[in-house]
Amino acid sequence: MKVLVAVKRVIDYNVKIRVKSDHSDVDLTNVKMALNPFCEIAVEEAVRLKEKGVASEVVAVTVGPKAAQEQLCTALALGADRAIHVQTDERVESLGAAKALAKVVEGEQPDLVILGKQAIDSDNNQTGQMLAALTGRPQGTFASEVVVEDGKLRVTREIDGGLQTVELVLPAIVTTDLRLNEPRYAKLPDIMKAKKKPLDVKTAEELGVEVGSRLTLVKVEPPAERQGGVKVGSVDELIDKLKNEAKVIS
Amino acid sequence: MIDYQAPLRDMQFILGELAGLPDVTALPDCEEASPDLVAAILEEASKFATGVLAPTNRQGDLEGCRLEGERVIVPDSWQSAYDQFREAGWLGLSLPPEFGGQGLPKLVSTPVWEMWFSSNMAFTMLPQLNVGQAEALLIAASDEQKATWLSKIVSGEWAATMNLTEPQAGSDLAATRMRAEPTGDGDYRLFGQKIYISYGEHELTPNIVHLVLARLPDAPEGVKGLSLFLVPKYRLDADGNPGEKNDVRCISIEHKMGIHGSPTCTLSFGDTEGAVGYLVGEPHQGLKTMFIMMNEARFGVGVQGLALGERAYQSALDYARERVQGRNIVSGEAGQPILYHPDVKRMLVGMRARLLAMRTFLYTAAGWFDIAHHHPDAAVADRHRRYVDLLMPVAKGWCTEVGNELCDEAIQVFGGMGFVEETGVAQLFRDARIITIYEGTTGIQANDLLGRKILREKGATLRELLDDMRACAQAAREDARLTELAEGLEELLEGLAATTDWLLAQGKEQTATLYGGAVPLLYQLGTVVGGWQLVRAAQAAQRQRDAGEGDTDYLDSVIALARFYMATYAPEAASHARVVRDGGQVLAHFPEAGL
Repeated sequence: MKVLVAVKRVIDYNVKIRVKSDHSDVDLTNVKMALNPFCEIAVEEAVRLKEKGVASEVVAVTVGPKAAQEQLCTALALGADRAIHVQTDERVESLGAAKALAKVVEGEQPDLVILGKQAIDSDNNQTGQMLAALTGRPQGTFASEVVVEDGKLRVTREIDGGLQTVELVLPAIVTTDLRLNEPRYAKLPDIMKAKKKPLDVKTAEELGVEVGSRLTLVKVEPPAERQGGVKVGSVDELIDKLKNEAKVIS
Repeated sequence: MIDYQAPLRDMQFILGELAGLPDVTALPDCEEASPDLVAAILEEASKFATGVLAPTNRQGDLEGCRLEGERVIVPDSWQSAYDQFREAGWLGLSLPPEFGGQGLPKLVSTPVWEMWFSSNMAFTMLPQLNVGQAEALLIAASDEQKATWLSKIVSGEWAATMNLTEPQAGSDLAATRMRAEPTGDGDYRLFGQKIYISYGEHELTPNIVHLVLARLPDAPEGVKGLSLFLVPKYRLDADGNPGEKNDVRCISIEHKMGIHGSPTCTLSFGDTEGAVGYLVGEPHQGLKTMFIMMNEARFGVGVQGLALGERAYQSALDYARERVQGRNIVSGEAGQPILYHPDVKRMLVGMRARLLAMRTFLYTAAGWFDIAHHHPDAAVADRHRRYVDLLMPVAKGWCTEVGNELCDEAIQVFGGMGFVEETGVAQLFRDARIITIYEGTTGIQANDLLGRKILREKGATLRELLDDMRACAQAAREDARLTELAEGLEELLEGLAATTDWLLAQGKEQTATLYGGAVPLLYQLGTVVGGWQLVRAAQAAQRQRDAGEGDTDYLDSVIALARFYMATYAPEAASHARVVRDGGQVLAHFPEAGL
């Protein structure tokens, strides 16, 4: 079984986000970038499937600028067998990414595609679902458990108020939730081997897909700074303030 | 305690711009260390340091080690941390590929080990012993011994120890009494006691391999009669697996002021029939092997000074940003984080300046190690070997002393909360206190610097280094924006040249005076080298800035740090120089009855 894992280069989760002074975008100059944490979980799941003997090959793919090859290298160090880079300098949004991935799926014909449920930069939570629609494959989103049995996929999904288990016919699309697994640390020999694994670079044009932005970014603003709180003297005072000042209860 | 975050930006800047990663990568056998691979390694190491090692640091300190019969119990979290460390292959980073290592240059392994030490020094001493022992075996062991032991040491499957010290033989190994008696079948039986053996006993690995200095029956007196023996905790069975227990036991562990997670053992060899040992290298040549290793080991301890200082700085900075106290001295505004108080800022900027100086120096020296080992031109290799030899006592002596100062200042930034254990800076201070002592005290380093490294060769290498540093000052002169730094460095160099001339002009009768000033001499040289490295850093920052590369805020801060160092720490060199001459003089004639 061939597994394709989509990964995204995002701002490192440790970095304190700064907004450009003209509010045109998030400031990414000289900022540390990393593999999106949900994508790391996706890679881990694919590698575990391979270690269990369920998957025979794990292919990592990304859509983004040249520098995104660093994240492909991370995926290779974590255990992916080879990588595909759809190179573009355009700002890639969910639909553009999904279209490019659909082209890669068409070429690679994987039995399973695993994606992070969302990227921590734009938090859209769309690409997996769009890819499912574009490829006509069944989807199991927000997975907290993935089991392959008798050519079928059983996906436990984290939904509001509980867990839902769905059974999908392969080939299928899965997006990962936080609790699916705990990604491993890459081993030093694997980091060194990663450089020697195949990395295939294609441009979006070569794939014949339009990944360009369809949205206009109007303005980016940092969240309002937290204001200092007050100490209340009693529960009654608290309830009073919640009712009359904050107006969050009635 | 805040999470440790590896200072990757400083590390990358120094590796790429100052310590010569591109040059090292061009050396034979170092080609693999391409910048993108190095970046990936540092990145992953930093995750491991932050995620696995740092969280166990305080717990290891609180829990400590205990002796139960002959068993030594180390902190609970050590087993999992060690297994992960070993399985991730980090032990083999710089060790040879033929024994399972990755063979990466020292320049690459140095920042990685810095991260391990910052995140958990007491733990990291365990794998560090494997690296030290592997290096010793590579130098001296027979092919058969290498085949039996080395891969297991490189992989970390078995742990390693170094056994030098005895109660009467500390800094003076000539007094070693441990006996090794030939059995007649090529092996030896060892009898005696070794003290201060880090990780001398534990159950983290299925076997422990001790390297032991001992005397053969026909050994000459003194240091020329010491031989090196390999003594396993468990002798190997026919299949090469740990079998019968050897006659070695841990009879006590020390109760120490720091590095509580690292068991410091007294080992008793040969209480019954004698501990079976195997001679490593030629008879009576044990100390020579130890000395070759010593440069590496001392360098590693210098890196510990940097590493503990870095973590202390990170903690202090974080606290100073959060702790609100007092009014702004300029604006009068209340509710200020203490970072805005000029004196707190002075401490933090000063800490960062010395960290940058030490890191640039140590990484640059790591690059010299690689050039010395790998450069095809013998003259170039030799010059770098001599630089390493000259400055190794400074790397060890100065960086550990400064590391202690930084841990001390971090406590000062914390104020009362620094004196309270729960913030974690007190642990750093306690842990750091050993590093100016083990692997040769600061005094031993200073004697080595003065005697073996300067006087014995009549200051030849030191003068060569002075010329190199002058060339750096000259280049800085050519950039008007760096004049102040160039002048600062020139002044440091004049002072150092004067000290050198004075040292070499003294006759034999001045020996006591000279050695009485050895430590101040080491401080002077350390302070000068630090200034030199920061001028280099400022030049590199200016270059990048002019080329429109990099983060201008960062590059400006590098230049400002160099200026701060020149304004505050560099002047101390002159006072050290005075102590070298005048202090030594008074000391030489100080009456014993006056004490």
